[in-house]
Amino acid sequence: MPVKLHAGLKIGEFTLVELLHEGGMSRLWGVSHAQIDVPLLMKLPRIDYGEAVSQVVSFEVERMLMPVIGGVHVPRFFGSGEFEDQPWLVMQQLEGDTLEALLKLVPLAPARVAQLGALAAQALDDLHRQHVIHLDVKPGNLLLHVDPTNRQERIVLLDFGLSHHVDLPDLLAEQFDVPMGTSAYIAPEQVLGVRNDPRSDLFALGVTLYQLATGNLPFGTPTSNHGMKRRLYQEPIAPRSLNPAVPRWLQEIILRCLEVDANLRYPTAAQLAFDLLHPEQVALTGRADRRQQGGRLAGWRRWFVSLGSRVERSEGKSVDASRAPLILVAIDLKQSNPALDEALREMTRRVMQTATDARLACVTVMRVARIGVEPNLDAEGRSRHVKRLIALRHWARSLNLAEQRITFHVLEGAEAADALIDYARSNAIDHLVMGARGVTGMRRLLGSVSSRVVAEANCTVTVVRARADTPRDPDADGPTPGA
Amino acid sequence: MRIGLLADLHANREAVEACVKALEAAGCGRWVILGDLVGYGAEPGWVVDWVRERVADGAIAVLGNHDQAVVAGNADSMGPVIGAVTAWTHSVLDQQQLAFLDGLPLQVVDEDRLYVHANAAAPADWAYVSNRLAATKSLLATPAWLSFCGHVHEPALYYLQAGSASHFAPGSGVAIPLSSQRRWLAIPGSCGQPRDGNPAAACAWFDTATRQLGFLRVPYNHELSAQKIRAAGLPQVFAQRLSEGF
Repeated sequence: MPVKLHAGLKIGEFTLVELLHEGGMSRLWGVSHAQIDVPLLMKLPRIDYGEAVSQVVSFEVERMLMPVIGGVHVPRFFGSGEFEDQPWLVMQQLEGDTLEALLKLVPLAPARVAQLGALAAQALDDLHRQHVIHLDVKPGNLLLHVDPTNRQERIVLLDFGLSHHVDLPDLLAEQFDVPMGTSAYIAPEQVLGVRNDPRSDLFALGVTLYQLATGNLPFGTPTSNHGMKRRLYQEPIAPRSLNPAVPRWLQEIILRCLEVDANLRYPTAAQLAFDLLHPEQVALTGRADRRQQGGRLAGWRRWFVSLGSRVERSEGKSVDASRAPLILVAIDLKQSNPALDEALREMTRRVMQTATDARLACVTVMRVARIGVEPNLDAEGRSRHVKRLIALRHWARSLNLAEQRITFHVLEGAEAADALIDYARSNAIDHLVMGARGVTGMRRLLGSVSSRVVAEANCTVTVVRARADTPRDPDADGPTPGA
Repeated sequence: MRIGLLADLHANREAVEACVKALEAAGCGRWVILGDLVGYGAEPGWVVDWVRERVADGAIAVLGNHDQAVVAGNADSMGPVIGAVTAWTHSVLDQQQLAFLDGLPLQVVDEDRLYVHANAAAPADWAYVSNRLAATKSLLATPAWLSFCGHVHEPALYYLQAGSASHFAPGSGVAIPLSSQRRWLAIPGSCGQPRDGNPAAACAWFDTATRQLGFLRVPYNHELSAQKIRAAGLPQVFAQRLSEGF
């Protein structure tokens, strides 16, 4: 018999305070603990007779995964156990609503859709880097939380009951014949039983963004296995046909997420977040201008592609996010050293060649006197900005990179190092490549940009030096060996 | 409490020393030896003495098929090549060392854990746990929540579910939280004679408080172990396979 739960009952070291939510799958209680002063939530799955086995195993999966994943994009885990027959799990209770609350306001403004999408993609990137694939991304599992310390919004991912950890046994892998996921959002390969592709989460996020931007679900809410498989061959109606306010770049991004072949989607959540943060840099393809539904021919194309993915299923290999890194090359347009320029280009070329899905952001910093002055607003500022963009394109021309692999950005800041470090952090850059300059009187006075970036950036940094440019005074420039 | 587990040590002193050092660094304070202390390698005396000292301090050790053959001095039980090593090992161990091996139990139950060398369904028949069906049999033969065995030299983790047990190949070194809601069977892999293509010695730890299991691969000086095998005049093949891990 299931345990009778009531306020005041002690479970483990926690005391039940009040029942917050009674769902079909589980109950959520607010609980307290003598030594913990953050709000706590206890999740207790229903174990009554007749409950689905998958539900019980799901909770087992969640208890297994929550202690090993961390960071600001998942609720903090505080403990789990069994009280008589009743398993339980305690996590931090975070303020905020899930995106489900926004569904009554759809369609949302495209800029807001992109903003929420970028936050969700950043959360997924954090999860994927911990070798975990969520596999049940949907509005109800994306909590919009405002960080009380800096008032910044972020998405916190909820419910890891269907998740897969690449390095741990998968308790759900072969136990059930039916696809596990939420029918409206589930990725096509997941319908076929694939559980180790992080890009399945990008598909589900694409469905979520489609819904926020148009108010419709691209594949409806099928109730049968057969109905779920329809997304393997049926193209969704183009978002702009449902809501003309959706810009072409947003349609491009959403439809790329919804590609039936995972290889045609964004290779990583970080790359998706990057495009959502830089709409003006999105490389548009035929997806941007698609109208209505692709015809029967497109349906057949989708179907053939899905046949291919069924072959891939047996290989069972998962995608490693590190093979699709975001590379940043910082270019100092002020300096004129052809040897260093060429060395920097050569290093960039090599880095881009090692990973075919790598993307390059060419960045330069335009110095502004101080924060608050916006030179961009006047005509002179605009022309300085455009001039730099043209120079960046010129610099990168001989790299011969396809349009969708390269973007150009002019940052503004009083300090070049600060601007680069901030940019790398907020765009989840994996590898920053920059040049070290020669020794100048000014450098002696102001210190080196590259040494600060090496010390403070949260990614890999390569400092390139032209061979002839070896500094005479090793203390004057760049990081010292071993720094 | 964290328990260090060694299986199939096979008289390989360098591998045992390296694993012990790695497991101590991981916080292990108790030891479980899953059988086959001897056979193949050139330092059976050292390995038996090391295990004997640990057992005197409260460690658990179980009997393996090589240990049994050496005690019996049975040179025919596993073919002529292994038979030569068995006879040699019997000749270099003293009476106390042989008596210690002879006294090892087939299996030991400690709290909710079972330690056994071979398949728990027929431990004295030395049946292997080499696939999901065999693992299912072994898991169903014991009420223990967690079983550990050796005999098979590849590290593996099996867990019971509806139908056949599932198989997981550990490889990343990530600690695995073992759910108390199902039963598990772990094979640390061979310490003294890895056969999965990776010459690094295999071992594992289990934390009784957090219920986490960790699989380790520890590089060691296998060239030295191979040299000792050649110097002792034992079959070349046992020296060669240490550097290739086959």
